[in-house]
Amino acid sequence: MSEVRKELKVSAIENGTVIDHIPANVVFQVMKILKLDEIDRPVLVGTNLGSKKFGKKGIIKVNNKFFESEEINKIALIAPKATLIVIKDFEVVYKKQVELPKSIKHFVKCVNPNCITNYENIDTKFEVHFTDENEVKLHCRYCEKFTAQGNMTFI
Amino acid sequence: MKNRSLISIDDFSKAEWIKILDIAEDFEKNPKQRILEGQVVATLFFEPSTRTRLSFESAASYLGAKVIGFTDAASSSVKKGETLNDTILTVSNYSDIIVMRHPREGSARYASEVAPVPVINAGDGANQHPTQTLLDLYSIRKTQGTLDDLNITFVGDLKYGRTVHSLVIALCNFNATFHLVSPQELKLPSYIKRHIKERKLKYHQYTDLNEAIPSSDILYMTRVQKERFSDPIEYEKVKNAYILNNAMLEDAKEKMKVLHPLPRVNEINEDVDTNPKAYYFQQAQNGVYVRQALLTSILGVK
Repeated sequence: MSEVRKELKVSAIENGTVIDHIPANVVFQVMKILKLDEIDRPVLVGTNLGSKKFGKKGIIKVNNKFFESEEINKIALIAPKATLIVIKDFEVVYKKQVELPKSIKHFVKCVNPNCITNYENIDTKFEVHFTDENEVKLHCRYCEKFTAQGNMTFI
Repeated sequence: MKNRSLISIDDFSKAEWIKILDIAEDFEKNPKQRILEGQVVATLFFEPSTRTRLSFESAASYLGAKVIGFTDAASSSVKKGETLNDTILTVSNYSDIIVMRHPREGSARYASEVAPVPVINAGDGANQHPTQTLLDLYSIRKTQGTLDDLNITFVGDLKYGRTVHSLVIALCNFNATFHLVSPQELKLPSYIKRHIKERKLKYHQYTDLNEAIPSSDILYMTRVQKERFSDPIEYEKVKNAYILNNAMLEDAKEKMKVLHPLPRVNEINEDVDTNPKAYYFQQAQNGVYVRQALLTSILGVK
């Protein structure tokens, strides 16, 4: 019964990608990172939906759009538990939790105000590291400084 | 090392550092060899650093290379708004190797990605200055006969000193024992101490310089700058505590040497200069040999 009610909240798509289990407070950030705010195809967004596992969650459904895994894995930085679901003819053909890549290119800003990437037109490049508390921190290839999770801004 | 850039000290392995030091030793015996005749070394100083620039230019000139470049951004096309990318690509057409100093961190790494010729980082903001680290290692090895198992004392501003950070990390490869002397506000940051701890090396922290001197093989002095203190009263309290004078060296080991990256202001009293333990001017001279070793190794002559 609950499955039916969910479908009513955010309707099914025929072909495309569903990103589920996004923390409700970062749904619009995920939209921006994946550039879904610029896309010309139908996008369905739900947020503050109840989820037994996650409390309040968000979900994004994009019609006729399939992501490269490198592209989608970027969102693991802010939504590490998000699930990627690929739909073809209303059927789930692929379902997987996003994975944090080893390196991140050109969409996070380096936190160091004196880093060359903040002055010249240079794509940022980071290696993904973890703190002792298992939080993500990004090591800038250029200035060699770390950008902590709390300091990340997205380009 | 042929055709490779040197941006961070980690770009070369420990074995490669040692090789550079060995080649530098040969140049010390015979610094004037015209083995880079016909080669062009570009020195691009986007911020002034007279000492480092002259050391590189001297190293290149003694080897017969031609030196081109600029001494600060104001006298170059950078002032007209040229991007770093364009400056580096243009200069690459005129030279076999680029030596650059730039105020922004990461600029040298970026230049090395853009340039078809190798790049030597002569300082990128507060980030890296690998040739300083190599000349420090050279000076330590030369005066102590080894780099292994030494007691190295760092004095002064251990928080912001780029030179100190790189040298501490490098010495972690040589089983050093560290003696860290600084005011509370300028202690060695934890992200540098982590390297010492990871290698399970010993370190001791002091606020009194006199306590650390007797056990030291090397006394590495740095300047305590007023602008580093959030509270000016704190600076007034400690400003004279980290000044070395001749009398303080009485209990020092026989072979102990005093190093300083220079320029010195008042942190080493001039009465130390004539003490045989004073080594900071020879240390600067060693920089020429180390830079000769780097230029010739990267250009494939050595």
